[in-house]
Amino acid sequence: MLSRKTLYDKVWDLHTVGNLPGGSTQLFIGLHLIHEVTSPQAFSALEEKDFKVNSPERTVATVDHIVPTKSQERPFKDSLAEEMLKTLEKNCKKHGIKLFQIGSGNQGIVHVIAPEAGLTQPGMTVACGDSHTSTHGAFGAIAFGIGTSQVRDVLASQTVAMKKLKVKRLWFKGELNKGVFAKDLILHVIKILGVKGGVGFAYEFAGPAIQKLSMEERMTICNMAIEGGARCGYINPDETTFSYLKHRPYSPQGKEWELAKTWWEGLSSDKDAEFDSEVIFDASQIEPTVTWGITPGQAIGISEKIPNPQELIDSDVDIAEQAYKYMRFNPGEPINGVPIDVCFIGSCTNGRLSDLRIAAQIVKDQKVAQGVKAFVVPGSEKVSIEAEKEGLDNIFRSAGFEWRKPGCSMCLAMNPDKLEGDQICASSSNRNFKGRQGSSNGRTLLMSPAMVAAAAINGHVSDVRKNFNKSE
Amino acid sequence: MSQTNFNEQSFPKGPITTVQGRCMCLKGDDIDTDRIIPARFLKCVSFDFLGDKVFIDDRFEGKGNHPFDQDINKGASILLVNKNFGCGSSREHAPQALMRWGIRAIIGESFAEIFYGNCLSLGVTCATLPAKEINSLMNATKSNPSQKFNLSLLTKILKGKENTWNINIEKATYEMLVSGRWDIANTLLSEGSKIKSIKQKLPYLNNFKNI
Repeated sequence: MLSRKTLYDKVWDLHTVGNLPGGSTQLFIGLHLIHEVTSPQAFSALEEKDFKVNSPERTVATVDHIVPTKSQERPFKDSLAEEMLKTLEKNCKKHGIKLFQIGSGNQGIVHVIAPEAGLTQPGMTVACGDSHTSTHGAFGAIAFGIGTSQVRDVLASQTVAMKKLKVKRLWFKGELNKGVFAKDLILHVIKILGVKGGVGFAYEFAGPAIQKLSMEERMTICNMAIEGGARCGYINPDETTFSYLKHRPYSPQGKEWELAKTWWEGLSSDKDAEFDSEVIFDASQIEPTVTWGITPGQAIGISEKIPNPQELIDSDVDIAEQAYKYMRFNPGEPINGVPIDVCFIGSCTNGRLSDLRIAAQIVKDQKVAQGVKAFVVPGSEKVSIEAEKEGLDNIFRSAGFEWRKPGCSMCLAMNPDKLEGDQICASSSNRNFKGRQGSSNGRTLLMSPAMVAAAAINGHVSDVRKNFNKSE
Repeated sequence: MSQTNFNEQSFPKGPITTVQGRCMCLKGDDIDTDRIIPARFLKCVSFDFLGDKVFIDDRFEGKGNHPFDQDINKGASILLVNKNFGCGSSREHAPQALMRWGIRAIIGESFAEIFYGNCLSLGVTCATLPAKEINSLMNATKSNPSQKFNLSLLTKILKGKENTWNINIEKATYEMLVSGRWDIANTLLSEGSKIKSIKQKLPYLNNFKNI
């Protein structure tokens, strides 16, 4: 009989240990990524129960959330941050877990380093105590964020109790226009489907517009599936996936490479796979997209105006009212032209080499507008090294950007990088929640790294497509 | 029958069949975990001191009027919320903070996925009601905030002083909670041999030889 399975079904079945009471699945985890923030309590719980780490060889650690990005000299000035890293070091040493340490050339944001090392591969299940684990789905893996108790469970058993999700296919016809990026595509999706649209679903991103995207762009899209409520987002693996993986340190080598490729090729959703739901988008209709509110769903195209309550569905009015008040924006105002105080380029969403390249292209031979603080935080040491080889750091510095060391930085401000007061930040990160960037009245506008770069130069939100036209 | 005594601040343990106590309302959709517990409080290696940090920035802004600051809500054990509660970051610190504050059950229109799973891992019951029913429950709570409620997982009935509500609990959640298997590590570990056989079967753990 012809198979009609999705990639999600296939990977799920391969990793199913058994069924749990009430219909959850005990799912084997092929790659467990850990970091300093959500693992210490899990290790403590493990020790309390006298459990061992089941598969230290399938567990990889790094430090990212709390690391300062100016000086990473030890001990950190912040004694709590230092304690967290020391705890991670101690736990990794004790349990034989590989730690991608600062200065090793491998450290960085957990969702940047695992793919670049070739650790993330098609057909795996990937879990990490971080909601943006959905990033790894870009490789055709089933990847999802878990809580600390589940980190404990995975450490102890290499399995986790999970309910199988339904699959919603998001099909993108057409092609993204020049100056429109993966970030715009995913912000557009969340704008249309809402922050609850994916609850209970895994999103399969597919169609010609997706196939044309690089792996780094695909990661940006899957990264933010969770912002649309989907715990998992994935893309079927193809030649783009395979050529990205070839010759990475942890990728299969030699004879194994061909075997792996054959296996990976069979994982994609079958031609006649049945999806629980499907939505079709036209990628060519998407314009640079910016959030104006306090949820990633409160987004508009750069040419649009902040919506009036009358234009919204009833259930969106209350949160919109909160957003007008918090952001101090009025309905009906354009987003284009909103003055910016801070520009942040980085994060697990948009801190990769291609993100920095495109931003550098915008800022080359330009100057950051007066009064704007702009900084770039590479997603990993590898990204940083590569960018410096290409001279991107110099382009940014000459324009007036600060060039920092890798970490999560101002995406969540668990480190010295924070907004102050009610500053407005043009940010390439993933969340615009109240207080997210470290000031309880700080304001975040999410956008693509190219749009952040344009905002830095112009001092206000602006349409980056104009910069592309100029440079031609 | 095993049940948790909320006045004694004991955390959920074993089979959970009943949650008793007062309800408190927290209105609003899409309340994210950054609001429940801001990231700066994640700088810790234990969950012990999170209870009084719950919603700290919202409470500061509310100047004493936030539901978690109102005297009438002190000691409440059932939190009433609206849609997509707990969205955003996977931080278990959020349900930990609520649990350590005293919350043992959350009833809402809907929950974000990871938050929901984290609650189950702690034995905190998440149940749902349609919007209309949540409103009537919130109104009943507001009109008599001191009334005691009894949430029976077995009958799926929430009983107040004058009214009852038929709550929904997902089957898997229900069975985990009432059997006590929500504290799942031991259950997972008991499948050691099956886990081993999966490991020996997965192509990427076996040099792709067995594809």
